[in-house]
Amino acid sequence: MNPRNLGLIYRRELKSFYTSFIAYAVIAVFLAITGYLFYNLLATFSVLSFQAQANPMLAKQYNLLNVNETVVRPLFGNISMILLLMMPLLTMKLLADEKKSGTMELLLTFPLRDTEVVLGKYLACLTVLATMLAGTVTYPALLYLWGRPELMPIATGYLGLFLLGAAFIALGIFTSSVTENQVIAASLAVGMLFFFWLMSYSAVFASPDLGRIISYLAVNDHLQSLAKGVLDTEDIIYYGIFILLFLFLTLRAIESGRWRG
Amino acid sequence: MIEVEGLTKRYGSHLAIDDISFSVAKGEILGFLGPNGAGKTTTMRILTCFFPATGGSARVAGYDCFEDSMEVRRRIGYLPENVPLYVDMKVDEYLSFVAGVKGVDAGATADRVARTMHECGLEDVSGRIIGQLSKGYRQRVGLAQALVADPEILILDEPTIGLDPNQIRDIRKLIGELAGARTVILCSHILPEISMVCGRVVIINKGRLVAIDTPENLARQLHHAATIFVRVAGPAEDVVAALGGIPGVREVEVEATHGDGANGYVVAVDEGADVRRAIPPVIVEHGWDLEEIRAREASLEDVFVELVTSEVAA
Repeated sequence: MNPRNLGLIYRRELKSFYTSFIAYAVIAVFLAITGYLFYNLLATFSVLSFQAQANPMLAKQYNLLNVNETVVRPLFGNISMILLLMMPLLTMKLLADEKKSGTMELLLTFPLRDTEVVLGKYLACLTVLATMLAGTVTYPALLYLWGRPELMPIATGYLGLFLLGAAFIALGIFTSSVTENQVIAASLAVGMLFFFWLMSYSAVFASPDLGRIISYLAVNDHLQSLAKGVLDTEDIIYYGIFILLFLFLTLRAIESGRWRG
Repeated sequence: MIEVEGLTKRYGSHLAIDDISFSVAKGEILGFLGPNGAGKTTTMRILTCFFPATGGSARVAGYDCFEDSMEVRRRIGYLPENVPLYVDMKVDEYLSFVAGVKGVDAGATADRVARTMHECGLEDVSGRIIGQLSKGYRQRVGLAQALVADPEILILDEPTIGLDPNQIRDIRKLIGELAGARTVILCSHILPEISMVCGRVVIINKGRLVAIDTPENLARQLHHAATIFVRVAGPAEDVVAALGGIPGVREVEVEATHGDGANGYVVAVDEGADVRRAIPPVIVEHGWDLEEIRAREASLEDVFVELVTSEVAA
């Protein structure tokens, strides 16, 4: 792999996210929704705090006057759901649009390896994801101004969100590589992501062994432990494998497209 | 420079090209001619390593298109049929990007891009967004991206499609000028374009190669002797009879009828006979007006129609 080629694809793709306003739209909507959710979580927390102040018995009963548990962790859960809905919007055009507009034909006849093309696009998406998450840092920062949240769970939570988003993007690139229609690419991605998300529900009814496997495969369970501040290599390996698998499938889809003509 | 042997491509059960062989010498401009759907684009896509062939081999500059695809791709500038461009990029930005991925040194990129924009007449629009350019300019940007890395080989698939006559003339002129030391394959179904620029022509139809030669030789191969076109003001039936009576004339056909009483006639002549001097006296003798007379050579168009339709009949 040639780092210069990777850099050229990466910069072109990233720039196109901004010149086409896709990045601005996705980031703005994402921050608006997450900001609203943060506000509600915080408002609930402050109402509960006032009640607890007036009635110490309540405080004991709620056992919830922990800003990490009441605001940050639910916030990360909410953000992960918004990511599930928004990442496919970011990835849907990556390869589908190149195929539809015919630029794929030039791209694949340039002296570039398919890996450079896919990885360059992937990294450009990761950069947009990082920007989105960076925008949300203001929420815990506000908490830190007036409260004392624990920092470690916030840090591992962000790592978890980034890995989760990175996994969503890998799957999104894959669905974008199997069709030339962006709407189909996005629908497939949302569908598959929901499948990986909701499969943990079946774990409850499955036999204990199968249940453990299913819940290991479910994409969101790994975020839960990271958001609690538990940095487990098992979770990180899970996301790593998920990402590599879908990037690999993307490369195979491009290659099979070549053979079919 | 380019050697193609027994090239075959199947899409499922559909045979797109069937056992095509030809070669192109260094510095040659080869025309690739065929009706729509004949397999021109398929052949070009194999040569540019967009997809592999089902059978046969294609070698460019000594490298196999499948085995050494990177070496081949480095040497080719390709303009695909519908000129796919990144419409959200600026012209100079896009050309720098292409120069970069084609391996032009980072230091030399700005210079190469400036030179290519000058060659293709893009200086006025260098900072414009590609999506906002007219079709003619987009075509030039497409050509510029093929040229920007100074490739040894240029493959142009229908470079003038959808342009207005002025733009077509400009692009053809540009291609003629750019050819120089480069080896060029020019695909087209527009015949004058090919006969104007190309030294040799490949004609394919339904995936098979039907002829390969210079445009002149192809025209000569048509065993049609020259025909003569005459426009005469006079009663059509009498004119046909009078012209038919001239020795050496094989057949007379009324080609175009006009309201003013002057009709065009195509006079087919036996091989070797020259009846041009015999025609005017006959017309004058009958008291008609001779408005036009000229010899007609078989054009590439005739060759094409002949080859393609005889294929269909066979």
